[in-house]
Amino acid sequence: MKRLALALLLFACAGLARAAATPEDRLSAVFAAIESNRLDTALFRVEALIRDYPNFRLAHLVRGDLLLARSRPLQTFGNVVKTVPQDRVEGLREEALARLRALRERPSEDRLPRYVLQLHPGQKHVLLVDSRRSRLYVFANQGGRPRLIADYYVTLGKNGIEKTRQGDQKTPVGVYHVTGNLPRSKLTDFYGAGAFPINYPNEWDKRLGRNGHGIWLHGVPADVYSRPPRASDGCIVLANPDLESIGRHVQVGLTPVIIADEVEWSDAAALEAERSSLAAALEQWRADWASRDTERYLAHYSRRFASGKQDYAGWAAHKRKVNGAKRWIKVGVSSVAMFRYPRERDFVVVAFEQDYRSDGLSNVMKKRQYWIREDGRWKILYEGGA
Amino acid sequence: MIRIITACAAALCLALPARADELQEASKLLKAGQHQQALERVNKALAAKPRDPQARFLKGLIFTEQGKAKEAIEIFTKLTQDYPELPEPYNNLAVIYAGQGHYDKARAALEQSIRTHPSYATAYENLGDVYAKLASQAYNKALQIDSSNTGAQNKLSLVRELVGGPAPAPVAAAKEPAKEPAKEPAVVAQKGPEKSDQPAEKPAPAADPAAEILKAVNGWAQAWSKKDADAYLSYYAKDFDPPGRQSRADWEKSRRSRIAAPKSISVGIGSPKVTLQGNDSARVAFRQTYRSDVFKGTSNKILVLVKADGRWQIREEKGG
Repeated sequence: MKRLALALLLFACAGLARAAATPEDRLSAVFAAIESNRLDTALFRVEALIRDYPNFRLAHLVRGDLLLARSRPLQTFGNVVKTVPQDRVEGLREEALARLRALRERPSEDRLPRYVLQLHPGQKHVLLVDSRRSRLYVFANQGGRPRLIADYYVTLGKNGIEKTRQGDQKTPVGVYHVTGNLPRSKLTDFYGAGAFPINYPNEWDKRLGRNGHGIWLHGVPADVYSRPPRASDGCIVLANPDLESIGRHVQVGLTPVIIADEVEWSDAAALEAERSSLAAALEQWRADWASRDTERYLAHYSRRFASGKQDYAGWAAHKRKVNGAKRWIKVGVSSVAMFRYPRERDFVVVAFEQDYRSDGLSNVMKKRQYWIREDGRWKILYEGGA
Repeated sequence: MIRIITACAAALCLALPARADELQEASKLLKAGQHQQALERVNKALAAKPRDPQARFLKGLIFTEQGKAKEAIEIFTKLTQDYPELPEPYNNLAVIYAGQGHYDKARAALEQSIRTHPSYATAYENLGDVYAKLASQAYNKALQIDSSNTGAQNKLSLVRELVGGPAPAPVAAAKEPAKEPAKEPAVVAQKGPEKSDQPAEKPAPAADPAAEILKAVNGWAQAWSKKDADAYLSYYAKDFDPPGRQSRADWEKSRRSRIAAPKSISVGIGSPKVTLQGNDSARVAFRQTYRSDVFKGTSNKILVLVKADGRWQIREEKGG
C-alpha cells in the first residue's frame, strides 16, 4: 500500500515536470537515459515525446536508433542505411548536437553578453543570436542590465553567417532591431506562427555595400517541429511555440536583435567600465555641442565620418555654419541604449532620444550613432535619425 | 487452473481418439497445401470440441496460409484471450500484423508473448526484425523519405505448432498438487550439482536431498537432449500418470516418436526451485528451455518427484 502511494506520488511529480518541460528538455531526458544505459526508459520517453510532437523529426531519428539497437548493434547516431540522402541525416545530427550542447553549456548567472552595454528603460527585452551554437537568447531588461530569461534553438542561413549579397543564403552579423510584426494570418504556411522582420541592411551594412533584404525571425511550416541548424535563406527560424514565446516579448521598433558569430561573454564589472567610458564620451559630446565651441564639438567626429552622402568635410562645414549662428543651444539626451557591434573592433551603436533647443530651431528626435575607438578615444563614425 | 504440458501436449492431443486423427490429417493436408480440405477436417474436430486450442490454432494457421488475415487475426486474438499464457498465438498474431505493415501492433503482440514467456526465442527473433522495421519507419519519418521503396520482405517466422498446448481434458482433481498445508521452506539449489572434486558422493543422500533431486532432473533433461528415449522414460515412476486419458503404453509410444522426430534436441533447466514435501516427495519448479532443429520454446514446468527404489522418479509433469 505504501509502495503504491509512493508510485502515485512519483507519477504525479513526473506529470508536473512533463507539463513544464519543453520538447528540447524532454529530448535531453531521452539522451540522459541513453547515457545511463536505460534504453527502455529512453524509448518510452521518446515515444511519449513523439506522441505530443509528431513532427519532431529528430525525435523520430532517435527512436529509430533505439529500436534498431534492440535488433542489432548501432554503428553511429542516426544509423540509417547509406542509400538515404546523407545531408538530411547530417542535418538532424547537427540539430541534436546543437540542442544538447546548448543545454549543457548554458551561460552561468554571472556571465553577461559583451554586446549589451546599456538598455534604455522602454526596451523590455533584447534578443541575442549565437550562430555557432544555433541559439537565440532572450534577455529581460533589469534596471538597464540584461538578465537571461530563455533560450531557443534556431535555424540560420544555409551558407552560414556574414551576409553581404542578396541571395547568398547567409544570416547577417550585426546589431539590428525588430521593424514589424507579421501575424500568421498574413503569411503562407512556410513561415508558421508568424514573422518579425529586422532592419537588415542597417546603416553600417549599407556603408559597406552589403545588400539583400527580407531577413526575418519566423516560424516553421506545419509539417515540421524544427529545421536543421543551417537550412534557411538567411532568416532566423524558430519552432512555432518558441516564436510565439518570443512574440510575447517583442516590441516593434524597439527590441534589439543582436546576431553574433559566437557570443562573447563578459562580467558586470568589465561591462560597467566600458559603459561608463562611453557614457562619458557621449556626455562630453552633448556638452561640447551645447557650448557652441564647434571645434571641440567636431573633435568628437572621426575623419572617416559619413552620414548619407555627407562626409566629414561636408559635415564639419555644415556644423560650423549652423552652430556659429546660434546664440544659445541646449541639448538633452535621454533613453540611451548602447550595443557593442559583434565582429567589429571597438564599435558601439548608441541610440537615444535627443531634445535639441536653440534660439533658431528646436526639435526632438530619435538618433543613432556609431562610435569607434580611434587614437585612444571614442569618436563618432556615423550619426543619423533612427 | 489450466494444465500445460510442454512439448508433449501436442502428442497427447493427437493420441486422443476421435479428434486426434482429424487434426493429424488436417496438419498433413495443410503441409501439402490443401488448405480447403485441411479446414474441413479442423472444422469437424471443432464441431466436437469448439474450444479446443490445438484445433483453433491449426485453423488460424490455415487462414494465415490462405491469406485470410482478418479471420486468422480473429482466431489468434481469441486464443490469446482464452489462453494468455501461451506465447505461440501472440507470435503468430505478430507475424500477420507485420505482414500487413502494422509493426506497432506486431511489436505489442511479441512483447506480450515475451512477457508470458521471457525466453521464448522465436518471439525474440521476430521482435528483432520488427524493431528493425520500426526503426526504418522512424528513420523515414525523421528524414521524410517515402517509405514505399523500402518495403523489404519481412522474414518473421510463423510458429506452426502449439507446443505449450493446454491439455484438453481437465485432469482428475486428485492429481492437482495439494496446496502445501504447512509451508515448508523452499530449498533453492544451484544448477549443475555434479562437483568434480567429489566424484562419487553416493553415501550422502540424506545430507542434501535437493542436490540429489536436481541430479535426477538434470539427468532427465540430458537423456531427453541426447534423444535417448529409454533413459528418458526411465526417469518416470511406475505410477506416473500420463496426461489426458492415455494409457502408459500409448504415452510412451508418443513420447518415443516425439523424441525421435527432430534431428537434435536440447533441453535446459533454468532457475530450479526444489520444495521438499516430506522425506520422499518433492516438487521442482523451473523454466524449461526446449530447442530443436524445428522448434524453440521456453515454458514453466513443475515436476513432482517421489523416491522409489532409492531413486528420485517423476510422478507428475505439468506446466505451471
